[in-house]
Amino acid sequence: MDTNGAAGLGLLGDPTRRAIFELLARRPSTVGELAQQLPITRSAVSQHLRVLKDGGLVVSQAQGTRRIYRLNPDGVTALRAYLDRVWEEALTAFAKAAQAASLDPEQEDQ
Amino acid sequence: MSSAPTIPPLTGSITVDAPLERAFLTFTDAFGSWWPAEYHIGQADMATAILEPRAGGRWYEQGSDGSECDWGRVLAWEPPHRLVVTWQINGQWQYDPDPEHASEIEVRFTADGPDQTTVNLEHRHLERLVDGQALRDGITGGGGWTSLLELFAKAATNQA
Repeated sequence: MDTNGAAGLGLLGDPTRRAIFELLARRPSTVGELAQQLPITRSAVSQHLRVLKDGGLVVSQAQGTRRIYRLNPDGVTALRAYLDRVWEEALTAFAKAAQAASLDPEQEDQ
Repeated sequence: MSSAPTIPPLTGSITVDAPLERAFLTFTDAFGSWWPAEYHIGQADMATAILEPRAGGRWYEQGSDGSECDWGRVLAWEPPHRLVVTWQINGQWQYDPDPEHASEIEVRFTADGPDQTTVNLEHRHLERLVDGQALRDGITGGGGWTSLLELFAKAATNQA
């Protein structure tokens, strides 16, 4: 995919940031909620969130005493970055499957 | 504003050591065998995903509990060279049945030789996935959209 693009793939190249991004894709969360699901400290989560915010992929909103992080609701940057990642992985997986299928004589007849 | 600005499409390509027909069949008939299972929208874990082999066919996931979630529709079915499907999963990671909000994925299969195929993929009309009113408000209000679109334009130069 266009790995040189400015719209996020570099930001999602880091596996922890990608994990945070994907958790937020499932549901908006606080730093504490994210830290519970990841093997890193709250302060490390906060640092990654700051990078994602600066990159325009994530926004935050105060709700009472809590700060909720979510994917950028305008959608475009986050969506494009996410889909870029999806297709890169999907095409790699597809190539493996196609090559395995063409090596497997039983599949040739299907 | 009569039309929303466009967002550059995503493109990707990969060359596989497989004959043309095999590559097409793997992509379509065997779609559920290779699609990364973590990329799905249903509440239940994804059991498989199905791309129905005909124009007008459904493209959907099946959950481990038997539930089904649509992803899009097959627009063009031209085995073994070309496939166009819609992707109607929006920024809230939900299926949007409105055809006006459908992005499109075109996949082309080209034989490089008897046992090698190049697959080119383009995911386009991404702007349709975004709420149109939010897009227009952002533009007319001079919000962050201008700079976002500049970023996209830069990204797109790699794809020309």
